[in-house]
Amino acid sequence: MSKYVIKRLAMAIVTLWVIITITFILMHSVPGDPFANENKRIPEAVYQNLLKKYGLDKPYSQQYLMYLKNIARGDFGESMKSNTETVNEMIARGFPVSASLGLQALLIALIFGPALGAIAALYQNKFPDYISMIISIIGVSVPSFVMGTFLIQFVARKVNWIPIGGWGEWRHTLLPSIALAMMPLAQMARLMRSSMLEVIGQDYIKTAKSKGISKSAVILKHSVRNAILPIVSILGTTISNLLVGSFVIEKIFGIPGLGMFFTTSIYNRDYTLIMGITVFYAIILILMLLFVDVAYTLIDPRIRLTEEGR
Amino acid sequence: MRNDIAYTKEMFEKAPQELRDSEKIKRPSIKYWADVWRRLKQNKLAMTGLVLLIILTIMSIIGTQISGYKYYEQNLKKINVKPNKEYWFGTDELGRDLFSRTWLGTRYSLIIGILAALIDFGIGVLYGGIAGMASPKVDSIMMRIAEVIYSIPYMLVVVLLSVVFSEAGAGTSMFVLILAMTITGWVPMANLVRGQVLQLKESEYSLASESIGASKGWILRKHIMPNTLGPILVNLTLTIPVAIFSEATLGFLGLGLQPPKPSLGTLANDGLAVMPIGLFYQILIPAVLISILMFSFNVLGDGLRDALDPRLRKQKEVEKWRSC
Repeated sequence: MSKYVIKRLAMAIVTLWVIITITFILMHSVPGDPFANENKRIPEAVYQNLLKKYGLDKPYSQQYLMYLKNIARGDFGESMKSNTETVNEMIARGFPVSASLGLQALLIALIFGPALGAIAALYQNKFPDYISMIISIIGVSVPSFVMGTFLIQFVARKVNWIPIGGWGEWRHTLLPSIALAMMPLAQMARLMRSSMLEVIGQDYIKTAKSKGISKSAVILKHSVRNAILPIVSILGTTISNLLVGSFVIEKIFGIPGLGMFFTTSIYNRDYTLIMGITVFYAIILILMLLFVDVAYTLIDPRIRLTEEGR
Repeated sequence: MRNDIAYTKEMFEKAPQELRDSEKIKRPSIKYWADVWRRLKQNKLAMTGLVLLIILTIMSIIGTQISGYKYYEQNLKKINVKPNKEYWFGTDELGRDLFSRTWLGTRYSLIIGILAALIDFGIGVLYGGIAGMASPKVDSIMMRIAEVIYSIPYMLVVVLLSVVFSEAGAGTSMFVLILAMTITGWVPMANLVRGQVLQLKESEYSLASESIGASKGWILRKHIMPNTLGPILVNLTLTIPVAIFSEATLGFLGLGLQPPKPSLGTLANDGLAVMPIGLFYQILIPAVLISILMFSFNVLGDGLRDALDPRLRKQKEVEKWRSC
């Protein structure tokens, strides 16, 4: 087990290094430099000072090593466009907002998705099945930004106490987290339905039934517990999707999260900020994937066995 | 031993014709793909998706010619006109006809989605196929590389690449969008193909072929490739909506095609800008079209999977049998 974790950790570090290197190369392969582009009128001395301040006057190899060293210490450098905040401060300001929104959406998806799928499987080819499949087809087909704008138009405009956008109170989080949760919710419902159908056909369910265990116990203890495993396995991807979805959702609802900073940094061509947020997101995501995979092997002994058997 | 029976001619008679034909296969045997198509036809949802796709594809080809306005034609006297008899989908902020723009946008979204999926398919099949057929050592190295690429968050790479490429060139072109999407997008396909190849390589019929002296290439051509085609096709169909979705998201984030060229994502982005002043139709139309496209490809892919997967078919038959 610990061997597996160490192997995965090593892979995660390699991946991170690849991402940092790619980001660095990409950002430095853009022709011209961020100051020459727009401030053509600044004096030569100021320009040189600016280059010096951001370490852009040094050779690439040295800049690269410095960047790696800084990231290892958790320092993402200074924003090229904002004079008041460093990248770290921006992340510290934006990330809690994005994280709470994402967590809330994840919770909604985790509560309703598997439940919807399980109900669909239990009532296969009956009315509840059709309803939940319609919901999940809509959820899979409608992108979160479409969902978000529709919620604004048809809910926030009609219901007074639900605001159109902004951030602060609980009611601000309602619509964005629903819009964000719809797609993972639908995916989980579909996955849960098929895995539940598979489990219901298994012999151990028949055994449990024949032992005279109550129907609810068979469903909850024997079926759902086994059927929910695939949901755990896609959690990593789900978190990654939620994150991307949040870029768009934060833009629509005007939420001051990290996604908003990322989109504005793209508009502003603020390279250090783009790099910082990309690397930060990558770290979070890779840690999440690692965590989910390790948790999965802990939950499902079958995987652990095959891993060790190799 | 009972040898005392006297066989007489009367004891024997010619079998009737029907009895002799009973071993013959009466109906023409249905070819694999015809069988798949037959099952797909029974899936109403998948057929709805297919019909919608055909309609949208036709509209994306001829739709730009119908209204008589060019997609870049500005008419500043008629800006933000709501849908009416003259402008079926209304006009945008610059007085451009949204009917032409919408269908051109659909065309670009479709082209980007399909091309990106096809490129993913090409690279994935090649990479996965080689890894599957190669020695375990090469395979494990290739798969480690793929694993690292895959764990790089897809959308971050797409956003990053489109920023960089659009800075380096003259803005985001279709080529840049497709490149950004395919650079890491091929890994799932490669994984799928590799898994299939590894599984089929060990199958009894491959072994049987090998034992009578078939070459590796022959087994690959005759046994492995035809049998992987099904899952690959399903994956291809389900990759297209992902690509369309990514393109729409990029367009919505302001990284879409360079104006005046529209895509559904950039049209929705333009629509969002005027939504606060009550012009909901401008975002409604592209949003609905994106959703229909994704819906159609998704249900078609699901239907294909059901039609192709014999295990699922068996399960359904068992259910039918149980309910009798």
